[in-house]
Amino acid sequence: MTARLKRLGLRGRNLVTAVPYLWLIVFFLIPFAIVLKISFSTTQIAMPPYEPLLHWAGEKMLQIQLNLANFAFLVQDDLYGTAYLNSIWVAGVSTLICLLIGYPIAYAIARSSPSTRNILMLLVVLPFWTSFLLRVYAWIGILKNNGLLNNFLLWIGVIDQPFQMLQTDFAVYVGIVYSYLPFMILPLYANLEKLDLTLLEAAEDLGCRPWQAFYKVTLPLSKPGIIAGCLLVFIPAVGEFVIPSLLGDPGMLMIGKVLWTEFFNNRDWPVASAVAIALLLFLVIPIMFYQRAQDAEAGGGVHR
Amino acid sequence: MKQGITVFRAIVLTLGFAFLYIPIASLIVYSFNESRLVTVWGGFSTKWYGALFRNEQILNAAWLSIKVAVLSATLAVVLGTLAGMVLARFGPFKGRTLLSGLTTAPLVMPEVITGLSLLLLFVTMEQLIGWPAGRGMTTIVISHITFTMAFVTVVVQSRLSQMDDSLEEAAMDLGARPHKVFFLITLPIIFPALLSGWLLAFTLSLDDLVITSFVAGPGSSTLPMVIFSKVRLGVSPDINALATILVVIVAIGALVAGIFTARQKKIRDRDAQMALAANQQMIESLKKG
Amino acid sequence: MSTSPRAAQQKFEPWKDPEAKPYVRIEKITKQFGDFLAVDDVSLDIYKKEIFCLLGASGCGKTTLLRMLAGFERPTSGRIYIDGVDMTSIPPYERPVNMMFQSYAVFPHMTVEQNVAFGLKQEGLPRTEIAKRVVDMLDLVKLGQFAKRKPHQLSGGQRQRVALARSLVKKPKLLLLDEPLAALDKKLREHTQFELINIQETLGVTFIVVTHDQEEAMTLSSRIGLMNHGEIIQVGTPSEMYEYPASRFAAEFIGSVNMFEGRLIEDEPSYVRIECDDLEVPIYVDHGISSSPGATVWAAIRPEKIMMSREKPQQADNWASAIVQDIAYMGDMSIYLLRLDSGKVVRITQPNTYRHADDRITWDERVHLSWHPESPVVVTK
Repeated sequence: MTARLKRLGLRGRNLVTAVPYLWLIVFFLIPFAIVLKISFSTTQIAMPPYEPLLHWAGEKMLQIQLNLANFAFLVQDDLYGTAYLNSIWVAGVSTLICLLIGYPIAYAIARSSPSTRNILMLLVVLPFWTSFLLRVYAWIGILKNNGLLNNFLLWIGVIDQPFQMLQTDFAVYVGIVYSYLPFMILPLYANLEKLDLTLLEAAEDLGCRPWQAFYKVTLPLSKPGIIAGCLLVFIPAVGEFVIPSLLGDPGMLMIGKVLWTEFFNNRDWPVASAVAIALLLFLVIPIMFYQRAQDAEAGGGVHR
Repeated sequence: MKQGITVFRAIVLTLGFAFLYIPIASLIVYSFNESRLVTVWGGFSTKWYGALFRNEQILNAAWLSIKVAVLSATLAVVLGTLAGMVLARFGPFKGRTLLSGLTTAPLVMPEVITGLSLLLLFVTMEQLIGWPAGRGMTTIVISHITFTMAFVTVVVQSRLSQMDDSLEEAAMDLGARPHKVFFLITLPIIFPALLSGWLLAFTLSLDDLVITSFVAGPGSSTLPMVIFSKVRLGVSPDINALATILVVIVAIGALVAGIFTARQKKIRDRDAQMALAANQQMIESLKKG
Repeated sequence: MSTSPRAAQQKFEPWKDPEAKPYVRIEKITKQFGDFLAVDDVSLDIYKKEIFCLLGASGCGKTTLLRMLAGFERPTSGRIYIDGVDMTSIPPYERPVNMMFQSYAVFPHMTVEQNVAFGLKQEGLPRTEIAKRVVDMLDLVKLGQFAKRKPHQLSGGQRQRVALARSLVKKPKLLLLDEPLAALDKKLREHTQFELINIQETLGVTFIVVTHDQEEAMTLSSRIGLMNHGEIIQVGTPSEMYEYPASRFAAEFIGSVNMFEGRLIEDEPSYVRIECDDLEVPIYVDHGISSSPGATVWAAIRPEKIMMSREKPQQADNWASAIVQDIAYMGDMSIYLLRLDSGKVVRITQPNTYRHADDRITWDERVHLSWHPESPVVVTK
């Protein structure tokens, strides 16, 4: 009787575990395996436009030779290398700017009174609830030649000719920083809000000036928030597609755009897959870093 | 020195929120612009709203997007809650690390990769088992569930790890079987987290362009896809009108939420008063007794 | 040190009756978490209507043992019987046992009434009976007027009562209490201790209480099980634990004590003599112990059992000379720290019987200590 009950309880538990687990394996893990396989395939003019997967049994040798063709293509053609480096550069610079803007904001909010704090944080996340696409779109109206910013600058007399801002790298930086700023502020605020203010008082009591106390106490203690915020901005920014295609120079190479073009315009699925795999390899290290940090944060909940 | 901090805070917050809100404000202002040249003010007009509501393509796309978002948010909450339960409550087991990885990876995965991989999965599945036949709402919903459930999982997991797990043990101790414990105790207590998880998933689904573009069939364009193809060609005033409507909805939602939390706080304060009074009362009665 | 109110009542000592059947039998229970041995081969018999306290420092395994009784943890080995039935693998929701949690675990989304009714609803009792039992129980814990309130509208002490009522209303065979009073402030704690005993006696339920507070254990319990590193060190009534500790650990854990290390120089059935490096004369104890001459033993003497005077005592054994190093005035009594010539510091307490005492012994005075031959307790480990 009890053994049966135990089995039943165990079965319920297994079912609860199995449903989300299976879903994620089928719709998240297996797709990556397929991408990996197709990245080793050749292009065909057909639908789907690649050599069927199920044919290759028995031709493994041949297959391996064909395999690397897509990747060799990535290495040989300068376009891809430039796109990768460019994406990482743009994402890195944007992350840095986000940190430089986001840290003071998060700090200022964390030092406000508890009731204003909540309102201010609500205001930080609120834009996130409106459409990302529309917020990027808003910058077109601001940055274009007869847009808001140019009109404003002409009006105050800083410039006497419209200044080309849309379709430049500058516009892409603005777009990324603007869209991802809340992702930087959130973890920073969560961290800074927890900071025990008596630590700062103790530091000042022991002879630190306020800025020294900030530099020696607040900043090192907020390191986990800085890391989480930076990764949360950097990783998705590397693969960003919408912002460079709406705000950037059409000729600007970013890997998200390249992948999109290979896929939708050139219909070269194997090369698109190879681009995705290479991008993933670039991001594996920061993603794992991020998960380690998350696990460490959630450590309390994991136990028992 | 205290004043230094206050001045610094005022400057930082003013500049920061100006940066966050001026673009949104500009969308709203120009949605009422008579002129087609969005940024040249040609007088006040609501004609673009009229144009928006006559645009069949946008209306159809919006309707599809809402259907997709409701469906996928609901299912994402179910799956995300299960995953959050497993991660927060089932202790260490074989494969826990993989599950936790699978739930956090979609949070940071570039959308182009997720979109491409899901499309290739659907194509392969169709070849192998004939399902899903073609691409359309089904494939969009499946994809949206997959990437939004990660957000729900995170919300639910963090709520559960804050919740005192002796509440669940107490219910079991009082004779409730595990599934009853879940429905009578756990679910009501974490319900606010489920609600915010649902809203989050709904918004993300409604807003997604990249993943949807990969997995949508030719006949099924969602709202972001329509907007994207329009704004790629430049600014368009009826999109401004659409953005304004969205902002108004979100603002109303935030206002309602704000009023609700303010009322909750009032109730909490009153309850704290009551508890204090009750404590006094009890000490008095103990002294007498 | 407070004494158990049970001492004044009729003798209740079922553990001395060879005929009595234990109500809860813990048989060679071991619990391992990975490499960590939380509970190590514990066997205990607990009798009906007892208040049994598991006492020990945090991490000693007492809570794990309690959680195994409730069914939340499964023992690695060993068995648990309650009222003769093997409960080892019965899930918590089928055990006739209820638990009061340290955090109280009062359901925040239910009223006081709903909280108390929860367990009865799970049993599927008729509504009228549930309502009646809930009302009775709320009256017993004096919460009748708060029935419709939500937990956050209650004080900590009231939440504790809700938790108590909720677990008692199911009429469990055994009630487990995990640090029941730890979250209350000092005043409330004292009142609640006595009330808990009253309720227990009214309902006749067997209690097992986990606590780290020795005073709480002394006040509440019929017997105490002292735990350390997952093992039961000693089981006994509060006065046995205090007057007859079986080891240095037990003597030092409960109350304060002066411990003299020495060698057994005379070992007779009716007395022993112990020579200590810290004392000029031997310690004479008027009862025999089971050890052999020359063995290292410890004589434990409680601070209140040592007398202090300016004059040198007449007896040959059981005295020492010392200098007053420190005095702490506590109101009802004073604590003296006295330094022996060997450097060892001895602690004694003296009741402040008189309000004015001009002739009180003061700092740096030379004094003489002495004690009765029945006062020292000799332990060998």
